[in-house]
Amino acid sequence: MKHETPLLDQLESGPWPSFVSDMKAQAEVRANNAENIEFQIPQDAVEDLLGVLELSYEDGTTHWKHGGIVGVFGYGGGVIGRYCDQPDSFPGVAHFHTMRVNQPAGKFYTSEYLRDLCDLWDLRGSGVTNMHGSTGDIILLGTTTPQLEEIFYELTHKFDQDLGGSGSNLRTPADCIGQARCEYACYDTQALCHELTVEYQDELHRPAFPYKFKFKFDGCPNCCVASIARSDLSFVGTWKDDIKVDQEAVASYVGGEFPPNAGAHAGRDWGAFDIQKEVVALCPSQCMKYEDGKLEINNRECVRCMHCINVMPRALRIGDERGLSMLAGAKAPILDGAQMGSLLVPFIKVEEPYDEIKEVIENVWDWWMEEGKNRERLGELIKRQGFQKLLEATNIEPMAQHVQEPRSNPYIFWKEDEVEGGWDRDINEFRKHHQR
Amino acid sequence: MAFISSGYNPDKPMEDRITDIGPKKFDQFYPPVIAKNKGKWLYHEILEPGVLVHVAEGGDEVYTVRCGGARLMSTGLIREICEIADKHCEGHVRFTTRNNIEFMVDDKSKLDPLKKDLEGRKFAGGSFKFPVGGTGAGITNIVHTQGWIHCHTPATDASGTVKATMDEVFGDFQNMRLPAPLRISMACCLNMCGAVHCSDIAILGYHRKPPMLDHEYLDKLCEIPLAIAACPTGAIKPSKVEVNGEQMKSVAVNNDRCMFCGNCYTMCPSLPLADKEGDGIVLMAGGKVSNRISMPKFSKVVVAFLPNETPRWPTMTDTIKKMIEAYSSDANKYERLGEWAERIGWERFFEKCELPFTHHLIDDFRDPAYYTWRQSTQFKF
Repeated sequence: MKHETPLLDQLESGPWPSFVSDMKAQAEVRANNAENIEFQIPQDAVEDLLGVLELSYEDGTTHWKHGGIVGVFGYGGGVIGRYCDQPDSFPGVAHFHTMRVNQPAGKFYTSEYLRDLCDLWDLRGSGVTNMHGSTGDIILLGTTTPQLEEIFYELTHKFDQDLGGSGSNLRTPADCIGQARCEYACYDTQALCHELTVEYQDELHRPAFPYKFKFKFDGCPNCCVASIARSDLSFVGTWKDDIKVDQEAVASYVGGEFPPNAGAHAGRDWGAFDIQKEVVALCPSQCMKYEDGKLEINNRECVRCMHCINVMPRALRIGDERGLSMLAGAKAPILDGAQMGSLLVPFIKVEEPYDEIKEVIENVWDWWMEEGKNRERLGELIKRQGFQKLLEATNIEPMAQHVQEPRSNPYIFWKEDEVEGGWDRDINEFRKHHQR
Repeated sequence: MAFISSGYNPDKPMEDRITDIGPKKFDQFYPPVIAKNKGKWLYHEILEPGVLVHVAEGGDEVYTVRCGGARLMSTGLIREICEIADKHCEGHVRFTTRNNIEFMVDDKSKLDPLKKDLEGRKFAGGSFKFPVGGTGAGITNIVHTQGWIHCHTPATDASGTVKATMDEVFGDFQNMRLPAPLRISMACCLNMCGAVHCSDIAILGYHRKPPMLDHEYLDKLCEIPLAIAACPTGAIKPSKVEVNGEQMKSVAVNNDRCMFCGNCYTMCPSLPLADKEGDGIVLMAGGKVSNRISMPKFSKVVVAFLPNETPRWPTMTDTIKKMIEAYSSDANKYERLGEWAERIGWERFFEKCELPFTHHLIDDFRDPAYYTWRQSTQFKF
């Protein structure tokens, strides 16, 4: 190795896969170059990456310069520029830009596709990746500016594959595994994620927004892609009719033939399954009953939290009248504090070509693009202008489902046209009846 | 190294350019058993830690083996994943939303050879390449960020803190003994790229010193109004300074109002704040995103500061383990960490986890802070 890494070496032990060992192996592969690759960026890039990381481990600070603006023609995002602040000591990572590559919905791959991508990245980049970025993209970590167009050309021409998003735009949408391999999925998350990604390519590649905007698609309220916390518009599957109950299967759970929660708690003895204690008593709306060996659900009072279905997946199934809820405004703390999505559309059908869903999205965008301040997330605009403004912008009638509770302060705004006689009043008229 | 053109012509950059084609369509990558049974799954079961079976309406089954991944990975490792996929899974593989790797087979007989193969692969240093686990009521992969590997605003490292933590909790990656799944996440600054604000336990990089002012360059490199607007507490104002006898536009930072979020540095390269002794770790706890039983919750700050102890952060991992053990021995079945803390009361949470409570943990950010104090005589001694 080019640099001594005594601190990082200590992260090679222990059972969890060691990124240090992996990076060292990769550095060696590049050094040996058995395939005779004509590397387009420094052959020792990974060695210098470990070197600069070791320096950070010594002095407790990062060694990447602030910012970096690079990209490909035609797009305003997709590449995160990065330069080392010790380029003389670590020339292999003097340029070390990240390219975001838009992942397929559900993150299913064939080895053929992944190998093609590796071939490209070994030649033109560091051979280091993130599988995957938090937003969902395949992250190609570390290349030089002159390679960006070359990589983009090969991605689009040879692989029919585009970049993902970065900057003040629609970021790369992501979804849970959905109907591909889950019995809880209330709609085809992959189909909707893909369709909206393709529909809004312009918004994704060319920043036109006040700030970033994310979509995420969860097939049910378990939220396996965390849309409710990590996307400005969150699409969470749900149903409107009754939970389907197979009483025979319920009996099998009670009889101990089926493990509760599909066996998720098998590592500890929690005693025999007790349907009363583990399901009925934990239902948040207390709308279940287990009497005479029969499970009853008062579906009108059910809030579809998924608990009973999660505990007894072989006995209870989602309803047949399916759709999704849309929640708006989730974001991390900067600037005004963290937000989770707030319920905007309680139920909407998910039917191609998804016109109803697109209409909500575009109404939200029209409002936020016009009214949003520089670097103001949708959630912050909702706080600044009020949830009522969001409802007006999306033509959605206010309903009790929109709030956790009604307001407790009485600082209520009225619109002038809601008030008889309006606001234009004459003090002299008032004085006729009320002397000074 | 000789330059190899891809075919791109830099003299005519817009010629032959393909744009706006988006991602590959997902269904080209489905394994046959997934394509055939999509939308027709009846139920699933966790056969053992890391192994799932899904059963479809027609009786088809798909077995999934989930294994850990470091997220930061080389093409060499991806090629090895491909080799495994070719050998056992007809060339198919997928990644989860927590960056684990899933291999799927359509017959139970293919399961054991796959598992044995995965468990037998180790890195030169001895760590597992593909440890099987991450299912059910245990601890799965840690969602994390860039850290010192690639970002300019971190207060700690991501890959290192995560490796150190996963080594310590590895037993729970391969077991399902907890009351409920326990999600750990990590972010190297409070931009919180990822899931720190909504996880059972969260590791957060934090600064404790106000930015340094690079007056000589500030007006040349920064949009001053953007740096001012970047501050959540209004600690930054425009100012004029004299550097080497020259009047310059810059900013002034009211250090007493600065809480070291680093957002002004994000906007302005002349306001760096990273510092070896100042920077470290905040621990948060009690967040969740699912709607199961209780509504989604934010995580709360439970440890205001732990130092950056490279390379293994022992105080941090010890504190995390203490929380996990207290939760594991006390919480009810199905109860997430945040539900447990709220049920027993946060005063009991601190007692049971043996965590000191300091003034840093009391909210003082604007109006909503009031709602986090205790407007009640209901408390436990």
